[in-house]
Formats: sequence, C-alpha cells, structure tokens
Amino acid sequence: MGIVACQKLLPKAPTDNELLDGPVEGLSYEENRRFLAGDVAFNDEVFTSQKGLGSIFVATSCGSCHAGDGKGHPFTTLTRFGQTDSTGNQFLHLGGPQLQNRALPGYTPEQIPAGATFSKFTPPANTGLGFLELVSDANILSIADPNDTNGDGISGVPNYEYLPSFITPFSNAIPRNSKYIHRFGKKAAAYNLLHQTVNAYNQDIGITSTFQPKDVYSGLNIDPEVSDVTVHNVVFYLQTLKAPIQRNQNDATVVQGKNVFMQAGCESCHKQTLQTGFSNIAPLSNKTFHPYTDLLLHDMGPGLDDGYTEGSATKSEWRTPPLWGLGLSPNSQGGQYFLLHDGRAKSIEEAILLHGGEATTSKNKFSLLSSADKQALLKFLESL
Amino acid sequence: MIKFFSFITALLFSLCAAAQIDPALLKRIPKDTIKPTLNMDAVYNRPFVTVGKLPVSVGGYMEANWQQLATDGISEGHQFQFRRMTLFVSSTIGKRLKFLSEIEFEDGAKEISIEFAALDIELHPLINLRGGIILNPIGAFNQNHDGPKWEFTDRPIAATQMLPATWSNAGFGVYGKHYNKDWMFGYEAYLSGNFDNTIIDNAENKTFLPAAKNNKERFEEMNSGLPLLTTKVAVRNNKIGELGISYMGGVYNKFQDDGLQLDDKRRVDVFAIDFNTTLSKLNTFITAEWAWIKVNVPSTFTQQYGNKQQGGFVDIVQPLIKKKMPGWPNATLNLACRFEYVDWNKGTFTSTGGNIADDLWSILPAISFRPTAQTVLRFNYRHQSQRDLLGNPPAKTGGFSFGISTYF
Repeated sequence: MGIVACQKLLPKAPTDNELLDGPVEGLSYEENRRFLAGDVAFNDEVFTSQKGLGSIFVATSCGSCHAGDGKGHPFTTLTRFGQTDSTGNQFLHLGGPQLQNRALPGYTPEQIPAGATFSKFTPPANTGLGFLELVSDANILSIADPNDTNGDGISGVPNYEYLPSFITPFSNAIPRNSKYIHRFGKKAAAYNLLHQTVNAYNQDIGITSTFQPKDVYSGLNIDPEVSDVTVHNVVFYLQTLKAPIQRNQNDATVVQGKNVFMQAGCESCHKQTLQTGFSNIAPLSNKTFHPYTDLLLHDMGPGLDDGYTEGSATKSEWRTPPLWGLGLSPNSQGGQYFLLHDGRAKSIEEAILLHGGEATTSKNKFSLLSSADKQALLKFLESL
Repeated sequence: MIKFFSFITALLFSLCAAAQIDPALLKRIPKDTIKPTLNMDAVYNRPFVTVGKLPVSVGGYMEANWQQLATDGISEGHQFQFRRMTLFVSSTIGKRLKFLSEIEFEDGAKEISIEFAALDIELHPLINLRGGIILNPIGAFNQNHDGPKWEFTDRPIAATQMLPATWSNAGFGVYGKHYNKDWMFGYEAYLSGNFDNTIIDNAENKTFLPAAKNNKERFEEMNSGLPLLTTKVAVRNNKIGELGISYMGGVYNKFQDDGLQLDDKRRVDVFAIDFNTTLSKLNTFITAEWAWIKVNVPSTFTQQYGNKQQGGFVDIVQPLIKKKMPGWPNATLNLACRFEYVDWNKGTFTSTGGNIADDLWSILPAISFRPTAQTVLRFNYRHQSQRDLLGNPPAKTGGFSFGISTYF
C-alpha cells in the first residue's frame, strides 16, 4: 500500500499532445528497442574531443539543436554560405557549405570567406519526419504547379538534385535528368533522413562516418567517428517519432481559425493533408496525415532572399515548412518563438507578415482580417 | 596498491579472528559525530576500533538505499542501491606522526578509490604538515561527507554535481588550529593535483568540475603541470556556529606538451562559504554551503559550457524526540529539510542576449531516526525542477527514497 501511495505522488507525465517527442503508436517490441537506441544516440550522446567532436563544429550533440525534438534556438542556428544559383557552391574549397562557427580550445573556428553570401537556418522540429519521408514523388508532383497553370499565383516546384553515393533512391522515385526530388531542409536540399542525418553529424558536429568520411576541419578522409549502426538507429528514431497531435481542434475559435486559414489561401502551400506510401514500419505505411506543407519550393519574395541557396532552388525560394507542432515551438525555443528560416520572426503574426512573393496575396488577406478572425487564425495555428 | 589492499584485508581478518577469541580485546573509540567541531576535523572525527595495543585503528561506514523517482511521469521503477562502503585505517606512527586513509568502494565496488591517505606531522598545534592524497578543503561537504552524518540519502547536488565532492588529489600542505575559550580558529592550505580539460569537454554537456575525477592519471600526472591551490579558513564560536571561507584555483588545461604551446593557460577559480550552527533553544541544526565557480572557457568554444556557476544548499535538522529506547540510550527522531539550487551556466546567450538557464532547484523533506549517533535510517521525498540550457519548461522530478547509513 505504501508503495502504491508513493507512486501516486510521483510527478505526472504531460499529456501526449503537449509533447513532440515519443514514438508513433503501434511499434513492435523490436522497433521500440531500436527507437530507444536511436533516442539515446540522438538526445543523450554528447560528443567530446575524445569522441571526435570538431575540431570545428556547431553543436556538441543532436539534441543540442532539437530540444525535446522541437524547433531550435538561435544558439544553435546554422550558417550556410557560398552558393547563389543552381550551378553549385563556389566556396566548397573554403569550408562551404556550412560554417563551423565554434572550435575546440586551441583551435580557430571558421569565418565566412570574403565574397560569400550566407543565410542562417534555425534547426527544425524533428517530429513526423518519417511520414514526410514516405510521401511519394508522384504525390509531390501532383501538387506542384511550376507554371502556375491554375493562375492562383502559387507555383510550387520540387528541388531536384543529384544523390550522394551513399543514398539509394526510393523504389517509387521519379527522377529527372538523373536528379531526384529532395524534400528535407529549409531549401529541400536533403533527399531523405539518412542524407539529413549523415550531413548533420558531419557538418554540425564534425563527426565522420563511412557515409561521409571527410573531416570538416582537415578536409581529409579519416576513420569513422560514429558507427553505421548508430547512424541507422538515429534515422529510425527520426522516422518513427510521432506526428504532432493537434490540441483543442474542436474549439469553436480554432475551427473558425481553420476556416480563415483556408479562405486566406494559406493552404495552397501549407497543404493540410498528405499520404504516405508503403513502409516496412507498419504504423507509417499508407497513412493520411496533416503536416500543413507541400514539400515544395516557393518564391517568398526579396524580403526573404538572403543571397544564398542550395540545389536547384533560387535564393528567394524556400521549402514550405510544416506547420504541425507550431504551437509547441516555445517549449523548445526557450519560451518564445523564433520563426521563419532564420528565427527572425518572434511571433506567428510577425512570421505571416514577413511572407512575400507567392504568399503576398495571402499575407494581404491576413492584414485585412477583422481582429476576431486574426485571433481565431492565430489560435488555430497555435493549436497545431 | 595491491599490497595496500592485502594489508587491509589481512588486518580485517585478524580483527575478526581476535574478536572470536576475545571480544573484549576490541576497543571501540566512539565519536559523537554531531558534536561541535570544525569541519576540518572530520577526517579524524570518526569512530574507530583498536585491537589491544595495536597502533592501528580501523573503521568505516556504509550507505544503502531504496528509491523510486520519476521525471515527468517516466520512472525507472524501484531501485535498490548500495551507494558506497568506506574503510578507514589510521595509525599513530610515532609522536606527532599520524597516518589516516579512507578507501571507498562505490556502487557495489564498480569504483574503488583512495579518497584520503595522508601523513600528518605536527610541529605545533598551529603548524601541521600533511602530505599524500588529501581532500581539497573547498566548502564543508568535501571534508565532512560521511553518510552517517547526514539525514538525506542523496548527497547535495551542488556539492557533487557542481563542486566535485568528494574531490581529492595527491598533494602537500599545512594546517593548524587554535582554541581560545569558546572560539576555535583553523586554517588549511594545500598545493595538489589539478583539474583537466574535461571540465569543459565532457559527456554532461556542461561545465562540470566532477568530470576531472574520471581521470585516473591525476594522482601521477597533472594535465597543466601547474598545481591547484586550495585554502580555507574557518572560525567557530561554540554559541554561534562555524563559518568557513575557502578558495581553490589554478590552471586546468593542457596548454603545452613536449615543450610546444597548445593553448592559452586557462584558469578555474572556486570560492565557497559554509556555515553551520545549532540553535540552542530548539536544538535545531542548520548547515549551509554556497559556492561560486569561474572557468576560463574560450569564447570560440560553445556556450553549452558556462564560464560561471553557482549553487549551494541549506539543511535544517530538527530533533523531535530524543529518548532512551531498549538498547539505545540516545535514540533520536529528526525532521529535516534540504533546499538546494544549482546554476551550471550563469550568463546570457551571445546570440539573443537572453538568459542561459541550465539550472535546478530541489526540496527534500526528510524523516530520520538515529538509534545511535553513528547510525541513521532516513526517509526522503524529493521535489526537483530542472531547466535545460534554453530555459524550456522544466523537467519535474519527484519521488521517495529510504536509506540506511552507519559507521562500523
């Protein structure tokens, strides 16, 4: 009885819809074990100089950039430099594409080379990435409208790029001129979660692997500093993190806000619903989900043109970020919002008002909304 | 080392043998472990057993506990833990020559360490030389850490997760004491082994002085080649209490190797203040310790590792019942509470100007029962709130623990 009474006094877990971390429902025992192994590697493994950190780097662990698997904080903002068009990065020989702005004691961090333009990228949330990875190329292409044939001012395009040698394309991939549709990252420059994970280990932490053996400090190929098993476990962890769960979705104001969202045309890019294809991970296979993204690039206007790009994207094109989990961002960003690609927007409203380019019409509609409709829209976005 | 353990083992077996022959040969030297003394006396203020006229005394203590804790609803379930067993061996080698050692087996002998092994040479009560493995006298807990002296199953977080208790090094120094009616004055000063680079490059992902304890080489080779200076002065008035002020500092990093410069010299400096008193009317015992740490972390490294830390704790122990019980003439039931706080990274982000959190506070109410002054049974509840570097919603930890600790 005493033990039961003690258990009653232990701290309660937050409800599932208040958290971004945790696995999708329905994983098998074996998959749960693999999820936990990835969780430990992602959130608990801290790289030190003994474990291969750096010598130049941005962060000391995966979890440093994605607290609670949510959006990151300016403390770990990435800086990318050296590419202005689809001809590629002209500063790879000077440390591009990513600035390693920190260094072990006794070492000097990188500086942005003279003449290189750059952009800052706030780390994104990790949740639901497995669902996004399984959206078929056919589905993405069905949403794309590169020539704006429907005349709505929205012309989403995929980011086509060559695959690195360690990536095997999806069986249902639809390549174009030997290039494949990429979908992860601010500019959609990462093909899949293995590509993203390998790059993050290498460019963010300075950790080499068999997939990417080039040391960011010396520029030489060196022994792997993280095992293949660990990389695959982290990929599995990212694939099987649950999708964010909407809160208060039946609240009258939230419902009103969702209608305003649709009427303002926000959904033209922030697609509410997508489908996954087949997956060996049953809880991810052939599912309908609601990420509020189309995984396509859109021209966001000169205000968001930093003069840097990746892959086939132009400088002012950005991949539509998923809005799911938006309302929980402050829980991983130190109690405040740091939105848009570089965290310049400190509120959802400010982020909307900084939209331009293809989103100008929707932004203007937002500006003309009544106060009640604005508040309803914001409440809807916070509920995601 | 093997010889040393063999000696202790042989000694203990011989004691057992002696006890089987004639227990009267065993002479227990009890110590009232809560009587007013300076914290610097703690290493000798322990119960020892001597055999006949042997010049060697032995003693020790153990700590074991059960706990069930949960953080944000996630619990590892019930845990039974054997935290440590410590053996003391002391001997009076000759006139004004004393030796004392303290060997600790932690977590079921997962770790074995010599926490203290020093020769004391008394030249004058105010001038004693000490050399060997010494406990750096920073704060009070590092010197006075024996489990049976405390009403809580866990050691103070600020003393063990910010300050590195128990922190000992090979070194030499001098100490002394002076008594005058109700007043006591003591001082200590040592040069010893030092910290190393791991205090800002470790698996904790924070500036973490205890990381240096993992360096088993520190008893034979200093990372920086420069000694750590530790000093403490303490004053006690029997009616007021004891106040200690201590400092520890030195260059911690390997700034050169094989004659080549590798880095700038980087210092770690620690200041601590400690106080304890017993309120005369209520017999309430209060002990408190607070420390400030300053570490030279390169600005080009990561702010994950802070250059300033602070934290401490206050323990309040209120005896409720003190009465004779069968076999225990001075059994005591206490109510106690510990308040503790640590800020592992005091400062602001260069990227936003916002506050860096990485802090923790905790409250531990406790009930303890002491059948004798040397043995304690304690039941604690922990309520703890810990924020990450960014100041995100805190992780709430809570739970119960029951533990025993006794000198033997």
